[in-house]
Amino acid sequence: MKVTEKDVAYVADLANLELTDQERQRMLKDLNSILDYIDRLNELDTSDVPPMAQISAKFGQSDGKQSDSIGPAWREDVPRPSLPHSEAMKNAPETDGDFFKVPKVIER
Amino acid sequence: MSEEDRVPSLRSGFQKNTMDLNSLTIDSTRTAIASKQISASALVEQFYGKIKAEDPEIHAYLTLCEDRAFAQTKHIDGLVTKGEPLPPLAGVPIGIKDVMVTKGIRTTAGSKILENFIPPYDCTAVARLEAAGAIILGKMNCDEFAMGSSNENSAYGPVHNPRDKSRVPGGSSGGSAAAVAAGTAVATLGSDTGGSIRQPASFCGVVGLMPTYGRVSRYGLIAFASSLDHIGPLTKTVKDAAILLKVIAGHDPLDSTSADAPVPDYEADLAKPVAGMKIGVPKEYFSEGLDAEIRAAVEAGIAKLRSAGCEIIPISLSHTAYAIPTYYVIATAEASANLARYDGVRYGYRAKGARTLSEMYRKSRDEAFGTEVKRRIMLGTYALSSGYYDAYYLKAQSVRTLLSRDFEQAFQKVDAIVTPTAPTAAFKLGEKSDDPLSMYLADIYTVTADLAGVPGISIPCGSTASGLPIGLQVLGRHFDESTVLRVASSIENS
Repeated sequence: MKVTEKDVAYVADLANLELTDQERQRMLKDLNSILDYIDRLNELDTSDVPPMAQISAKFGQSDGKQSDSIGPAWREDVPRPSLPHSEAMKNAPETDGDFFKVPKVIER
Repeated sequence: MSEEDRVPSLRSGFQKNTMDLNSLTIDSTRTAIASKQISASALVEQFYGKIKAEDPEIHAYLTLCEDRAFAQTKHIDGLVTKGEPLPPLAGVPIGIKDVMVTKGIRTTAGSKILENFIPPYDCTAVARLEAAGAIILGKMNCDEFAMGSSNENSAYGPVHNPRDKSRVPGGSSGGSAAAVAAGTAVATLGSDTGGSIRQPASFCGVVGLMPTYGRVSRYGLIAFASSLDHIGPLTKTVKDAAILLKVIAGHDPLDSTSADAPVPDYEADLAKPVAGMKIGVPKEYFSEGLDAEIRAAVEAGIAKLRSAGCEIIPISLSHTAYAIPTYYVIATAEASANLARYDGVRYGYRAKGARTLSEMYRKSRDEAFGTEVKRRIMLGTYALSSGYYDAYYLKAQSVRTLLSRDFEQAFQKVDAIVTPTAPTAAFKLGEKSDDPLSMYLADIYTVTADLAGVPGISIPCGSTASGLPIGLQVLGRHFDESTVLRVASSIENS
């Protein structure tokens, strides 16, 4: 068992999840079984392999040459119209009309 | 009733009130609209009639948007009546996977947490479809936040496969695939992060295309795993997929990951011959775990390419066995970050009765996320947490490089790669829902293309003895959807 009950509680806390006792037991079993499977990645030596966060940087390389015509697109950093305030507030669960309302932040 | 008897009820100037919806393609629909065989409004009326009669047993639709659809048919019928030039998708009824936001139309992502979410803007792909004259019929059922391979993770209930209602349609774009198969939409949009367009297309016997990463803007696509998410079409024919891709592809200033690359005329490119092309067949996709009937059907598809003059070349994509574990680290890590935004503050579900902000976050997420979503948030958070980041996340990113290099090397030797889309045909509802790992393996032949960012298509390629559809996958070079579509079309038409 790689993941313990304590780990599940810690990770749930990081992820802002509460989880019932039943869910925690299930999570313990599932995470361990999935992580066991993921461990097969350790069969590969990747000490000389750079990590890859996204593929855009590789565009055009699959035929063996770098393409100049394709790349991630940049735009000028200029202000443009945004959603009106009233539209942006429309889906809020609780609002006073100007602001989002939430339960108190500071616990006593 | 004969044609003559119906004439008095016909709208002026149009020849028919109804069409055979099951056989309608984008191509035949736009011809029917342009040649005044039927009005867009009569056609859409007929689609809604069929949806209301037949969809309760399939459950492909979550929301219908009749007002928006009929506003658009009025516009299209006006153009037709006045004899004005028609846009490329004039009057074509299309469904949208419910992970793409639609202004004023509820968008749930298959989750309870967005049960009442009414987006204030349109996804670029949807806006482009409507600007091209398409009619948006409604929003398609899917796995919650596109996380699943069977559509059983939808908070609104599963989708039934129209080809056998006791079976799953695949996922996560299960509703999108099922509606095309059932003839309750001419075409749909889906999204693909690990196979979510191609695998359900294969299970339902339709065409599903995942374009190159960056080819189609994701602006307005509810994010699951940002380095892997793609939008693409599900259609009845390869030609339809080519037509739809042309409309939705191309740079969008609102999505900085959308590539500034020229968009070719995919439909015209279909006419080019495939003779002389080099087709790679990777041995890793034909090994243990592949159903014998599927192997035979895909091999028959490859034989068709050989007959058409293609050179078939055995290749190896040697890191394939590591694709699923790589995917489930990267996709869940990105998902855990993307789904942090659902906090019950600005939009979405908020739990009642919480006394503090922190309790409100937790209770809202606990009550409104489903089991699979929580499982993936937990796995991703674990993989990114201090002490495990290098062992899991960084490791998976390095293996992603190896998987990507497999494709780069292969595409130096071949023009396209042909594989099965999924190791089995559609499985029974409930068959795998208690075993996440066996469910994950349903994507074993599709996740590689997402990780490498190469385009892929699934096309129907025969059926099993029990009548279930089989899918064949064609993969190509970055931004070379033309070749992928051409190879697929050659198999489809022979």
